[in-house]
Amino acid sequence: MGKRNRAGFCFVLPSLVGVFVFYIIPFGDVIRRSFMQAVGNGFAGLDNYRQVFSNQAFCLAAGNTLCFVAVCLPLLLVLSLGVAVLLLEQVKGKNILKSTYLIPLAIPAASVVLLWNIVFDQYGMLNGIISFFHIRGKDWMNSGAAFGVLVFSYIWKNLGYDVVLWIAGLHGIPESIYEAARVDGAGALKCFFYITLPNIRPVAFTVVILSFLNSFKVFREAYLVAGNYPQEQIYLLQHVFNNWFSELSVDKMAAGSVLLCIVLVVFVLLLQRSWDKED
Amino acid sequence: MKKILQNSILYLFALLEISPLIFLFAGTFMGNQEVISYIAPVLKKGDGYASWRLFPVFPTLKNIAGLLLDSPEFFQMFWNSVKITAAISAGQLIFGMPAAWGLARYSFVGKRLVYMLYIIMMMMPFQVTMLSEYLVLDWLKLLDTSFAVILPGIFSTFSVFIMYRFFCGIPESIIEAARIDGAGELQIFFRLGIPLGASGIISAMVLSFLECWSMMEQPMTFLKTKSLWPLSLFLPEITGGNAGLSLCASFVALLPAVFIFLAGQEYLEQGIASSAVKG
Repeated sequence: MGKRNRAGFCFVLPSLVGVFVFYIIPFGDVIRRSFMQAVGNGFAGLDNYRQVFSNQAFCLAAGNTLCFVAVCLPLLLVLSLGVAVLLLEQVKGKNILKSTYLIPLAIPAASVVLLWNIVFDQYGMLNGIISFFHIRGKDWMNSGAAFGVLVFSYIWKNLGYDVVLWIAGLHGIPESIYEAARVDGAGALKCFFYITLPNIRPVAFTVVILSFLNSFKVFREAYLVAGNYPQEQIYLLQHVFNNWFSELSVDKMAAGSVLLCIVLVVFVLLLQRSWDKED
Repeated sequence: MKKILQNSILYLFALLEISPLIFLFAGTFMGNQEVISYIAPVLKKGDGYASWRLFPVFPTLKNIAGLLLDSPEFFQMFWNSVKITAAISAGQLIFGMPAAWGLARYSFVGKRLVYMLYIIMMMMPFQVTMLSEYLVLDWLKLLDTSFAVILPGIFSTFSVFIMYRFFCGIPESIIEAARIDGAGELQIFFRLGIPLGASGIISAMVLSFLECWSMMEQPMTFLKTKSLWPLSLFLPEITGGNAGLSLCASFVALLPAVFIFLAGQEYLEQGIASSAVKG
């Protein structure tokens, strides 16, 4: 290592020490604990993992979380890409529109909770609007429809973020390709399917992963609106971890964290590969 | 025809995204009586459905005055939020900025590994690190102090990543020229790195401000004493009794975030876009 590169390492060192002290080393301890018995110090092998997998709350939550991701992720991606493509062609008010889409990023979950209650209550505004069309409303927060409210919250919060990501990707497609296609008589739809979609693939991967990871944050809304034990359909992994934490079930929590970590690391490695390809 | 459709889609989404803000803004200047008359059905005190108005019939500053003058807890929590956010941002500048510089501009043994580690850390949701953070904070005897939220926040690697992306974009030739003129590594960092990477640094700060301001999971888990809570955690506590006041509080709570958002929106966009394509 040359003198110069040693200087480079010194720049990183203070931060690295902090990361190790607050995250890496204790996580090592968590991995160790995931193989230990809850009481005493005996080695438990894979018992904790078996316990987690046979835990009803965990399975319900894992299923719900998966289901949530499977519904909201494609929905968000399609909507935000659609908006991004339209926005790129927009002449008037482009920047103001873009900023407006980003505003939810600045609104803390705690601030919208009261609002969500007023809108989605059994006698709330949404049902008021629906009843106008002679459709009977639901008690959105206390029925299976709570899932829909959560999907809505997620889309509302992340639409602008994804639009900005897509636009960054769309800017990278040379205008000349579109011009050539138009000269050959391709319409807007053809341009979209044969030029935009294939060319945006590398960015798409990034958007998918970032959106997936952002989906863990809807827990805030779910928690604020419905508390620790919400309607069954919106009982998410985050609730399980929270409840294990308050019960101090360190064994289950440790095994659960390790499992979740493994799943996410796989995702992150995939993301990394897509970034590398870009270079 | 196509233009009309495009405009209506774009503005409809914009309206959807911004409506909670408008809603809260209107509520801030309503009297209690007026608020209650609109949401009576939700409070199970009236017939029909909840409704709302864009402009209060009887605009008043009573609630906002009451909040700012007569609720010492609100001030306490507001101050806590400011303190936590400021401390984390300052810490990220001191530790994260050099780290980003080191990772972006030097090659030392293990750099690739450190970079990967940072990316993985950045992607982990709180649930994965919850137990490990708890263990280390317990060991350091920091639980139930503001440091329990601040210290792990400082070493969150997201801001390092954003700054890294921007530092990478500085042309090597400029740095090389400075080196030939005899500038030391520290001098290069302070005289060239920071000014040329300024937009990345600001982007990272804006993003982390918004993140910290609405932070919920960490204080909820690590702070038992209510007088230490940030505003984001305190707000739900006051939603029960006084609807007018809590609307008002919700609005005041999001104001600082919206100000930062408006002041730094150009940087915010750049910051988000930098994770999709190289800045």
